[in-house]
Order: sequence, then structure tokens, then C-alpha cells
Amino acid sequence: MRMSRVSRVSRMLRAGTTGPHRTRPPRTRTGRTRPKRAAAGAGALLLLTLTGCGAADMTKQASPFANAQGARTVTLSVQSWVGAQANVAVAQYLLEHELGYRVDTVQVDEVPAWDALSQGRVDAILEDWGHPDQEQRYVEDKKTIARGGDLGVTGHIGWFVPTYFAEQHPDVTDWKNLNKYADQFRTPESGGKGQLLDGSPSYVTNDKALVKNLKLDYKVVFAGSEAAQITQIKQFAKQKKPFLTYWYTPQWLTEQVPMTEVKLPPYKEGCDADPAKVACAYPHTPLQKYLNADFAEKGGKAADFLKKFKWTTEDQNEVALMIADQKLTPRQAAKKWVDSHESTWRSWLP
Amino acid sequence: MATITATAQKSSPPGILAGAAVRKLLVLALLAAVLVPFAVTRWSSGAWPEALTVDVSGPLADVSDWIIDNRDSHPLFLYFLGHVSNVVVIAVRAVYLALLAVGWAGVTAVAALVAWRVAGVRLALGTAVAFLVCGLLGMWVPTMQTLALMVVAVAASVLVGALLGLAAGLSDRMERLLRPVLDTMQVLPAFAYLLPVVLVFGIGVPAAVLATVIYAAPPMARLTSLGLRGADKEVLEAVESLGSTARQRLLTARIPLARKELLLGINQTIMMALSMAVIASVIGAGGLGDRVYQALASVDVGAALAAGVPIVLLAVVLDRVTGAAGARLGQAPAPNSRALWSAALAAAAVVAVAGRLAGRLEWPVNWVVGIADPVNRAVDWMTAHLYTGVPVVGGTADWAGRFTTWVLDPLRDGLQWLPWWSVLLTVAALAWLIGTWRTALTAVLAMAAIGVLGVWDQSLDTLSQVLAAVAVTLVIGFATGIAAARSDRVERLLRPVLDVFQTMPQFVYLIPVVALFGVGRAPAVAAAIVYALPAVVRITAQGLRRVDPAALESARSLGATSAQQLRQVQLPLARRALLLAVNQGVVLVLAVVIIGGLVGGGALGYDVVFGLAQGDLATGLVAGAAIVCLGLMLDRVTQPTERRAKKGA
Repeated sequence: MRMSRVSRVSRMLRAGTTGPHRTRPPRTRTGRTRPKRAAAGAGALLLLTLTGCGAADMTKQASPFANAQGARTVTLSVQSWVGAQANVAVAQYLLEHELGYRVDTVQVDEVPAWDALSQGRVDAILEDWGHPDQEQRYVEDKKTIARGGDLGVTGHIGWFVPTYFAEQHPDVTDWKNLNKYADQFRTPESGGKGQLLDGSPSYVTNDKALVKNLKLDYKVVFAGSEAAQITQIKQFAKQKKPFLTYWYTPQWLTEQVPMTEVKLPPYKEGCDADPAKVACAYPHTPLQKYLNADFAEKGGKAADFLKKFKWTTEDQNEVALMIADQKLTPRQAAKKWVDSHESTWRSWLP
Repeated sequence: MATITATAQKSSPPGILAGAAVRKLLVLALLAAVLVPFAVTRWSSGAWPEALTVDVSGPLADVSDWIIDNRDSHPLFLYFLGHVSNVVVIAVRAVYLALLAVGWAGVTAVAALVAWRVAGVRLALGTAVAFLVCGLLGMWVPTMQTLALMVVAVAASVLVGALLGLAAGLSDRMERLLRPVLDTMQVLPAFAYLLPVVLVFGIGVPAAVLATVIYAAPPMARLTSLGLRGADKEVLEAVESLGSTARQRLLTARIPLARKELLLGINQTIMMALSMAVIASVIGAGGLGDRVYQALASVDVGAALAAGVPIVLLAVVLDRVTGAAGARLGQAPAPNSRALWSAALAAAAVVAVAGRLAGRLEWPVNWVVGIADPVNRAVDWMTAHLYTGVPVVGGTADWAGRFTTWVLDPLRDGLQWLPWWSVLLTVAALAWLIGTWRTALTAVLAMAAIGVLGVWDQSLDTLSQVLAAVAVTLVIGFATGIAAARSDRVERLLRPVLDVFQTMPQFVYLIPVVALFGVGRAPAVAAAIVYALPAVVRITAQGLRRVDPAALESARSLGATSAQQLRQVQLPLARRALLLAVNQGVVLVLAVVIIGGLVGGGALGYDVVFGLAQGDLATGLVAGAAIVCLGLMLDRVTQPTERRAKKGA
């Protein structure tokens, strides 16, 4: 690339005056023409693929990093919360060490993960908190996603206050008394009202409607990501400050910052049907696994293994805590758990 | 049009200039006097009137459903987009496999030897060290994945950019057509258009590459066109007088003469592409960006940094090497340059083959140094001791609280309280004073579009954050820039710091700012300031240093003190650079304030994040469009016309 272009140009200019080069643009062997030629080549390639081999269904194209150097690869979706990382870490460890697969992980938000799963960009989601619309579309209508069974963990969303605060003020755990405490939960962000801290926009939440319908003197402040929410909660806890937050179990943070749930009006089947009129608590959800339909059929041992993968809330928390609190890498955490729970995972192997 | 007014302004004495400003304001006042009463009686005052909004959520939801339902069957996808996606996948895969096949020793050797030939021994050593550090941090494979993606994305961006630039450089009509588009692209925060790309291509590498190309191609196009148009007229005339055809002129004179701009364009494209590497991980780019993103999810700053450092190293190395190549362009080559090239390539090949034979293709597992723990301890210490209760000055959380209550809240409430027509008028006045009636019109239309889309309040919230962040950035940036311009030592000390902060992925410091400032708008503003500061400092320092030494000398001989020199000579003469610094500051701040949606910044940023997270095109795209409009408006209000005229000429 670096060749002296000035001298070449002047040479060309001179050549132009004298002879045969005059009518044809002079060609040089190196340097300048190379990118052009490469460009032409790339263009030709594009054209060839466009006209040559007919249809290309991009919903069936795998990741370019998959199956490198002849390995059998499984791609798992990791959601952003640590519980999901724990599932994936253990599944990955066992797939690699017991079944000889290579595992790629991709971090995707919940709803886009369904889309990626239906396209085969990822092979499995190990922890889903219930997405009825997507289930209808991909599992029932398009049949591109297959159910993978229970994960064994039951998830629950709710409003929580730190236990140190609940012990001093036991009546805060009933929603009817929340307004009494609103000014204690005030922050600069929430202005004159109490702050209800919400997390990532990808999570299922009815909090805005709840605050409105239960006539609470609170403002929902969205942390925008779980990482930001956790950081904030930890800072509050360090100073023993009161806070009210949207939270869920199982979650490793409750081991570090003990939290007590605030009772909302009880959940009844269908009470959350109209998102604008919700005035009841969140349900308890048995978390589900989902597999790409093709993978479920042809995925061999890996697919069988992932279908059988099932553990308890305590197991998941153990691994999650190692990752998030002791800062072990997911791989080290998975190894530790696998080494001490052989009887549990033996039954998952095909 | 723009050119004429600009030159007229420049040559006219200040009195007339002030007259022009007064005239413009008078015209605006007249317009307002006629239109405002009409608008206020017809609609309402206060926030943007409901009657003037258009609800686009229904149609957008339909579009989204249609794409998802037809993605595997409609010909548009099967015969066009599918192939685009396919070519990207194949290309990235090819590069990735090649990199893996060469092995870590081979890749390092090739990079170092190319750097040696192109840019000299020192940079070659730097390159080798950079690659080895990537390996030492345990990031070899992700680095290769990112590198593969970057190679393809940069190649595509350069190709697309060069073609567009060629068209714009050769045809005035294309130039007129493309310039507003490129101008707009330049101010677009990347976050705004991830969603549509994802919707069409799905999560994954093709979407990431295409988003990167959209982001990185415009500077190449701009600079190519600029280079072609800036070619020395006399040389062109000489070539023409020799009777060459248009094509010959292009190939033998215009393109070679523009090579400096072309190389600068490639340099810019690489930097832009790398800065996308992390943002694109939100849509499944994999590689280093994904490691940063995953580490942040478990609030692990150390691990995020371990993945962020290779990105910074790659960026610095590529920047310096392409920069050095550009600087060497005009020089004559060493007499034995071809022999040295072959020697370099042969040496690289030997190392690669040796690595292969030794069976050491993969980075050795035990050659990894963990930096995560010490970094996390340092961050913990910082947040534990600085967060609150520091004697006298108060902790960072207290500052953030005060900043939110005393600056951000009044600013936001004030903006939202302003009647909508007065906001439009202010925008018009600012844009017209600094530019032409065209720029003013664009700015006003952009602002009105925000209202029509029905996101007036959120946008003003975002705007208040931008204004607060820009104000702080400019105060600190100008002060530091002046210090750097006046002292060589300060500048030498600052340079590596600026380099690092300019290339460090914004995501890496999102978590520390939350730990320091809590959740909310304050951390978003803080992150934006950190991100925009280096560019402002740099442009200020450069602008001040370029001030004509003769002018300074004469001021000094008249006995002006150092402060007087600065205030009366340097700053006025560097006015253009300072305005550019403001413009850049605004654009960069906006980009990060949007990402601040991830740490509680709320407003438009949150809507975009929400749209991405929920696959909700209606929310995400409307917010994205509003961000574009906001960016356009801010750019026009801060972009002096002289600069644009010069670019077009």
C-alpha cells in the first residue's frame, strides 16, 4: 500500500506524453489496483451468490463462529441475570466435559432470544419466565420452537424491602401501609414521591399500572439494566438505607442483602389480563426450557441432555452466588458444583 | 447557497455582520408575531398539542409482524437479504478460520511485521506487545472473533464508503443528494438504529456487521469526496492538457492525489467500527464486546475491563499504524523496500508454520494473567470510600443528588414547561444566527418531527441531560485544552489518557458511574462527560496550537501578558476550532446520554433499550427517530456554516 505514489504519478504523467500509454490507463502491478481488484472480486462474489444459487433462507444460517475446526457446537442463550448464567455454565461444563461438545454462548435479551431461537441462531433457552405471545407465535403457529420441559426452579416476582428495614417497621410489608413510608423511600430521581426501583426493561413488569391502580404515592424509577439495579441496591444496603425495589427469586443477591417481600393484593388467575388495570401481585412461574425445533429433533445427545436438565432453586443459587459474589468465572463455579453433585447430574446424561 | 452567504459574511466587517444577525432576528420576530397567536388559538400552548401528533405504533407493529412472518418465505428475504446475510457469514467465517489456522504466534508475527514495514520498528514492537497482552488477558479467541468481524466490516465500509464518495466527488448532483444523508449519519447515535437492523436480520453476526457498516462508512464517503474535490486544480489542468480521458484523469491524477484523505478515511472507518464492537454485542456480535456485556451483567468491572483493554489496544495500534502509513505516504520508499517486504512476509510465514508444527495454535491456557480481582478491589475501595460522607466536599452520591435536584430537575422542568412554539422559535433563532435559513429550517423541522411523533416530553428530558452534560464538558474540556496547549509536558501526560478514554468502550464505565453516582440521570450525564471530554480537549488544544505564531509574537512584543494573549489573541483566532469542539461535544454527549438508558437515564434512551429488549418496534423506532431528530437539531444549532461551506467547496 505504501509504495511511493508521488513518483509513480509523475512517472505516469510523463508516460502519458510520450507513447502507447496515452490511450490506455496505465496498469501497475502493485499497490493501488489491489483494493480495486479485491473490491471487484467481492462484488463478483456477491453477484454470483445473488444470481447463482437461488434462495438463501437467512433464518437457517448459523453463527460464523460455530463449529470452528470440526467441533460439534451447541449455542446457548445466556440472559443477563446471573441465575440464567448459572444454568448455562453447568450445562456448558457438562456438554463439554461429559459429552464432548463445544459450547458457544450468546447474551441476548428475553424477547429477541425467542426470535434467535426460532431462527436457529441459538439452540436453547434454559430459563424462560413466561412469554405467552411468543409461545403462541413460535411454538403453536410456526412450530420452529419446541418445549424443553421444566427447569425445576419456580420463579417469583414481587416488591421487596430490605429485611433490616422490615424488622424495624414490620407494617411496611403490607402494601396498604406503603404510602406512610413514601417519604423515607424518596431519592433525588423520584422527586417528591417515594422511589420504586425497577430493573431492566426486558423484565416482565406491571409496576407502573400497579402504582397507579393501588393509588400509591410512588414513582417507578427504571434502572435500565439489572447490573445498575444491583449496584444501587448494594450501595443502599451498605448504608442501611431503606429502599423499595422490584425484585425476583431465586436471585443470588437475596443471600447478600436479605430482602422481605411486600404483600400486594393476592394473585388470581386472569387478574393481570388487562395490563392497564392490573391491581394484583405477580404469579409464581415454573420456569421453562425451550429448544429450537430442528435442534430438538436432530441435536442428538446434546438435545437429550438439555431436555433432561432439571435442578432445584438451591442448586441454582449455589452456582449463581459463586459467580456473582465470589467472582469465580462461570466455568470455575460450574466445575465446583459438578464435582460435588454428581448424583444430581448423572441422571441428565443420555 | 451556503457558500455565498458564508463568504459574504466572512468578508464583511463586523458591523454589517451584527446587522445581519439583527435582521434575521427581526424576520423571526415578525414570523412569530403572525404565526404564534394563530397556533396558540388553534391548538394549545404548553407541551406539544395532542392534535398535532401522529400515532405510528399500529402500522409499526404491523410491519414488525409482517417481517417476522415473512422472513423465511418472502422473495425479498430469500433472494436478496438472505444472500447479503449469507455473504457476511461466509466472509466472517473465512477470516476467523484463517486467523485460527495461522495461530497466535503467526497472527502476532504477521501483524508486527506488517506494522514494521508500514510504520517502523517502534510501532511494530507496540503491535506485537498489544497482541500478546490480548492473549495474556485470556482473551485470545474473543479477540480473534472481534478481529474477524472488524476485518469484514471495515472492508465493506471502505468499499461502500469509497463508492459513495466517488459518486459524490464526481457528480455535483450526487453530492447534493448525499451530503444531507451523510451529515445525518454522522450525528446518529449507533444505539438508535440497532433495532431495525435486528428486526430484519435477526440477532447475530450479520446484523452486527451491517450496523457497523452503516456507522463506519460515512466518514470514508465524506473524506473520499473531499479528497477528490480538493485535488490541485493546476495538476488536473496539466493532465487535461495532455489529452487524457476523464477515466484516465480519475485513475492517474485525482485518486492518487486524494490518497491522504483516502487513508484518513480508512483510519476513521476503523476507529468507528471498533467503537461499534461493544454496542453491537447487544445484538449478538459475539467476541470481545459480548464479554464486556456479559461481565457487566454480573457487575464485574474487572472482567469487563479485561475484555475492554484488548479493544483499546487494537484501536490504538490500528490508529497509530494507519496514521504512520499516512504520514509516510509522500516519502520516497527505501531502495530495497520490495526485498524487505518479502523478508517480512517470509519471516511471518516461518513463525506461523513453526507454531503449527509445534502444535501451539491456541493460546496456552496457563499463560493467563487475571486482572479482574485487583481491579474489582480497587473499584470496591473507591465506591466504599467516595460514595458518601467524605468530610467537607461530600461523597459522590451527594454530588449526584445535588446535581439532579439543582441542575437536572430545574432544567428538565423548565424545558418541559416552555410552550412548544417557543422551543421551536429558540431553535430557529440559534440555528439561523449560526448558519443559514436552510439549517434553521432543518433544525425546526427536526424538532417539530419529535412533537409529531408524540415523544415531546421524553425528548426534552433527554435534551436537558445533554445540555447539562455539554456545559460541564465544555468547562472542563476548555480548561484542560488550554492547559495542554500552553504546556508541552501537560500535553505529553494527557495524550495516553485521552487515547484510552477515547477508545474505551462506553459500556465499561457504566457500572463504575452507577457505583459512584447511584441510579438515575446523574450517572448517565457523568458517563457522557467522560466520553466527550477527550475529543473536546484535543480539538481545543490543537486549535490553540495552530494559532498563527506571528500573531502571538506581535502580541507579545506589545507587552501583552500571558492571560491577555490567551484571551485576546489565541481564543478569538481559534474560534473555529472551539466551535467545532462544541459541536463534537454535543454529538458525543448525545450518543452516551442515550446509552445512559441502561443506568437509569430514562427518557429516550430507556425507550430504545426497552424497544430492543422487548422487540417492540413501535417504542424503539419512534424513540430512535426522535434521537435522530434531536441529534440533527443539536448539530445544526452548533455547526457554523463556514465549516460546511469549506467542506463542500
